[in-house]
Amino acid sequence: MMRVLRPGLLTTVQDLGRVGHQRHGVIVSGAMDEVAHRVANLLVGNEDHAPTLEMTLVGPSLAFDADAVIAICGGDLSATAAGVRLPLWRPIRVRAGTVVEFGGARAGCRAYLAVAGGWDVPLVLGSASTYLRAGIGGHDGRALAAGDVLTWRTPGALASQWLAAPEGDAVAVASWSASHRVRPRYRGDIAVRVMDGPQADWFREESRAAFFEAAFTVGSQSDRMGYRLQGPALALTAPRELLSEAVTMGTVQVPPDGNPILLMADRQTTGGYAKIGQVIRADLPLVAQLKPGDTLRFVRVSVAEAQRLLRRRERDLRELAAAVRGMGAINWRSPARAG
Amino acid sequence: MQTTAITPLGDSAAVVRLGETIDPETHRRVRRLERAIERAAPRWFVELVPAFTTVTVFYDPMRADFAQVEGWLARQVEALGDEPLPPPREVRIPVCYGGEFGPDLGEVAAHNGLTEDEVIFIHSQGAYVVYMIGFAPGFPYLGGMSERIAAPRRATPRVSIPAGTVGIAGMQTGVYPISTPGGWQLIGRTPIRLFRPEQDPPTLLSAGDIVRFEPISRETFDALWEGGDAR
Repeated sequence: MMRVLRPGLLTTVQDLGRVGHQRHGVIVSGAMDEVAHRVANLLVGNEDHAPTLEMTLVGPSLAFDADAVIAICGGDLSATAAGVRLPLWRPIRVRAGTVVEFGGARAGCRAYLAVAGGWDVPLVLGSASTYLRAGIGGHDGRALAAGDVLTWRTPGALASQWLAAPEGDAVAVASWSASHRVRPRYRGDIAVRVMDGPQADWFREESRAAFFEAAFTVGSQSDRMGYRLQGPALALTAPRELLSEAVTMGTVQVPPDGNPILLMADRQTTGGYAKIGQVIRADLPLVAQLKPGDTLRFVRVSVAEAQRLLRRRERDLRELAAAVRGMGAINWRSPARAG
Repeated sequence: MQTTAITPLGDSAAVVRLGETIDPETHRRVRRLERAIERAAPRWFVELVPAFTTVTVFYDPMRADFAQVEGWLARQVEALGDEPLPPPREVRIPVCYGGEFGPDLGEVAAHNGLTEDEVIFIHSQGAYVVYMIGFAPGFPYLGGMSERIAAPRRATPRVSIPAGTVGIAGMQTGVYPISTPGGWQLIGRTPIRLFRPEQDPPTLLSAGDIVRFEPISRETFDALWEGGDAR
């Protein structure tokens, strides 16, 4: 089992979301950075949808009371254990009694901690994701708190073999890591590809031009539900009311004040604001790692290009999964001493 | 003639637009298309979200590209007939009006030159169509409220409105399934839970249902109380 010594700013259990209930208004939730979540799982031999811990800006301090194989992917939240810095994107073996400690964000915003076997929480409507506002899913429907105890399911054959390696240091890391091809290129100023939103042609010509020319800053009122963007105000050609209809992760909607909102994992299922753009799924992990104050620009692509990029990403992830399965025994070694 | 347009909502969803206004005919077309898609359930189909004038179809772009999904949906829309839909499910929602549960009942009455009892009578006489579910799990967008009890939203929204609260905003009435902030005029509360995450489907109401509100006493409210929030 694992005990939470310090919970961090916002640490929740997430998976790939509560899919299939949007027609009843149940939000999807799930990992903000889908790729980091999936790669972390694949690196420890899990299915890519197994529950992970999503940590935000300031990470937790976690005491492992049993041997475990873990992986940390996504933003760099300064993870250490037994006095050494822990690498990202790589399987890590921790011995019973080890405390994995995260600090502030050195790069990005969100990190994902997968454990071989997957965090063991009850599924609600088919998903382990935490839905904070409704108080369901994850660990008791809420963010982790000091004193919480989480367990994980029995690891698969591969990770069990890795765990059976002879006694060694408190912490050891694999000699290999996830290929750079599958790691998103996180930055604090990014270009993200968008398609036209369903109401793009409701906007004034100069607003549509500004949407693609200006840089937008992520506002302080930004969370798992969505990011408020600061930049040129975007205006409709004429006041016009939209009847509520479905929105999705990556939807860029514009309320009457003209300041766009980029909807993220905990968005509502429907909305009544005009949608000027839609960030493509392949680029959402980059958005998930933005912090308030970071900037983004929008670059327009077609639906065909968006789907081509997504298929390429899925192929890369399949190759990673196959490579891990074929890896066999791990030659564990000491992580470099932290300087 | 009804207008139809199919547009992408990103790389994994398509919006089918079946009309321009909230009206019973568009609602029937939405329901017919919803049924046709679910009956056929193509292998790329993930889920759908029916709304006032649209059906948004989420799909797996690893199994079909947008052009294929668009073509298939266009054929379904073309084949939509006017066959009768099965009769809607009628759901009765008991409501304890006024008092601590409906602090704005007096304001709604005053706004319309009615007594509180008249507001309750008119509100509970209606048969309301659930046009869609959105905003919160199980929150119904209801059509059919009498304009005699319409009332503007509150100037300052409340920070937290308890689950089960029944409200009025403009020409709409609705029930809050979970505690949320909100600017509606609050007229009563139901002891029945609208969001039931332990069940499938997880909500009391679905698009297409007919809702009737039934006035109950405080004693009946206490007897029927299901515990409010989901957890």
